[in-house]
Amino acid sequence: MLTDLYVFADSPVHRARPVVKIAALVVLCTSLFVCEGWTAVTVAGVLVFTGFALAGLGPRHAIVSVRPALWILAAIFAVQLYMTDVVFAGFIVARFVVLILAAALVTLTTRTSEFVDGILSALRFAPAWVPKAQIALAVSLFLRFVPLVRTALDDVREAQRARGLDRNIKAILVPLVVRILKTADEVSQAIYARSFD
Amino acid sequence: MTGDRSLVYIAIFAAIIGALGVVPGLTLPLGGGVPITLQSLGIMLAGVVLGPVRGAAAVLLFLVLVAVGIPLLPGGRGGPGVFLGPSAGFLIGFPIAAFACGVVMRLLRHSAVFPASLAAAIIGGIGVLYSFGIPGLAVFADLSMQKAAFLSLVYLPGDLIKAFGVAVIAEAISRGRPDALMSRL
Repeated sequence: MLTDLYVFADSPVHRARPVVKIAALVVLCTSLFVCEGWTAVTVAGVLVFTGFALAGLGPRHAIVSVRPALWILAAIFAVQLYMTDVVFAGFIVARFVVLILAAALVTLTTRTSEFVDGILSALRFAPAWVPKAQIALAVSLFLRFVPLVRTALDDVREAQRARGLDRNIKAILVPLVVRILKTADEVSQAIYARSFD
Repeated sequence: MTGDRSLVYIAIFAAIIGALGVVPGLTLPLGGGVPITLQSLGIMLAGVVLGPVRGAAAVLLFLVLVAVGIPLLPGGRGGPGVFLGPSAGFLIGFPIAAFACGVVMRLLRHSAVFPASLAAAIIGGIGVLYSFGIPGLAVFADLSMQKAAFLSLVYLPGDLIKAFGVAVIAEAISRGRPDALMSRL
């Protein structure tokens, strides 16, 4: 139930190591803010477009990635248009679109599990005071708990719908949180019983 | 035991924050069509219930996993790019806001749960969060501070309702599962 945004394919972009992709993303984003202007945005745009083409991603993926940000982009465009001119407003919004697409390229071509493995293997090099085992356990508990919370939320909403209370935030969240805290205590006891600490 | 319980609570609150961000239909119908989700309610709740350190840890855990691409932000967003978008300031402010909620909760540990958590949610989840979010919006969108503050104003009514909701939930926890309210232990 916990899906990632990965699009299955085999391409040089997919095969590149996550660290390399994130480093490239950071370089691209920083340079977009350092060298302001249409030239930088155009160059970055062409690079991102090439990446999309190489990875075999179509315009559909690009649209899906940009869509959640549309409202705020429109608001920013309107305010910039009011304060400056259409060229600058267009530049600010175009820069955001390129940034979003560049990040989407990394997300769409990298499995979450690769990232998580990356985090956990990076922990090996962490100094001794970092609670590595605890962090690793917290990450795996989190990955298990997100679908659990969603299921609990669906259950509670269904029960409250029968009472006509499914639009009542309080009637949904209070039983949800209390129920989840009960689960949390049970899981803690299970971990304690296995002498984790 | 307490060490283990903290860990599970941190993970479960991170999961609550994640689940609240993507749930369709729990978006508040306010602010002229602005998608207001319950995610920031999760942030406030983590600080109020878990206290400053564990609350901030829960939010950090959530943010790290969003950064590596699990789409748990409203609209199904995720990946490292979210920290470079218009709402980057708010995301960076999330853990600090949770920390502030926990601190206020600690300071008011002798007052009743409802007013204490309402104050904590408003100071941490609105005051502190906006003081990071507004400059972030100003920098990333090249706006003046006033314009950025004005744009953020649409979220204020929803956030006030959420702060109230946090207080209601905290009150319910203090009655139903008092030892889960770790900020009061």
